[in-house]
Amino acid sequence: MDQLFFGYFAGVIAITALLVVALRNPVYSALSLLVMFFHVAGLYVTLHAEFLAAVQIIVYAGAILVLYLFVVMLLNLHRDDRYHSQWRTVAFVCVPLFIEFMVLIGGSIAAAPQSVAPVETGSGENTLAIGEVLFSTYLFPFEVASLILLVAMIGAIILAKRDVGDARSEG
Amino acid sequence: MTVPVTYYVILSAVVFLTGMVGVLIRRNIIAILLSVELMLNATNINFVAFSEHLHDLGGQVFVFFALTVAAAEVAVGLAIIIALHRAKDTINVEEFSLLKW
Repeated sequence: MDQLFFGYFAGVIAITALLVVALRNPVYSALSLLVMFFHVAGLYVTLHAEFLAAVQIIVYAGAILVLYLFVVMLLNLHRDDRYHSQWRTVAFVCVPLFIEFMVLIGGSIAAAPQSVAPVETGSGENTLAIGEVLFSTYLFPFEVASLILLVAMIGAIILAKRDVGDARSEG
Repeated sequence: MTVPVTYYVILSAVVFLTGMVGVLIRRNIIAILLSVELMLNATNINFVAFSEHLHDLGGQVFVFFALTVAAAEVAVGLAIIIALHRAKDTINVEEFSLLKW
């Protein structure tokens, strides 16, 4: 049953990831990325990470993707008809990665399937456990993350603001 | 019957490869940023799979921080795209050669 769910989620994730890269229209790319985010969230649920599944949907599908679609609509893009003509670089980067991928598959076939005992986790305890770890062990990185968000917000406002550059160039 | 962790690693490798190819062959900056999101999600799948495999919550907390950084990256990246579009009226990467030598 678990493998059935994994097969469905993995198949949809792989196909929509390909569509994100292959589709020419940025709006369609963003929409297939939305489908992929939902299925990644489903994969998290099968991995007993319910809190991350909820955060994935709220932050990625709710905030990040809406921002992408907003910018795509704002810039009023025409579709790009050609791909980048950088095939030499693509080959240079992707052939080693592909070899590594084949080694990974070969190793996984050669390795004996080890049976891991299923975890006994209640469905509601994941959020509680993450909260306790986040606010005790990872308290300092948590505060740094808030600082990163603040800096990103100020940076985005200053970068996208038209008046700052104009006023400086005039004065 | 549980799913072995190698399946997750293979899925993550497939998604990461797709994102890498997308970054290299697309000419639209927005599509390039979407491919970067693909790669970030591939690493997140790995983190959660290994967190489940090793019974350690650190992986999930790290995915949480990766989400934070991804949100910040998207905000700044899209602001840069808007600034670029305002400056040159295009977002085709081949038009931008200011930092090339």
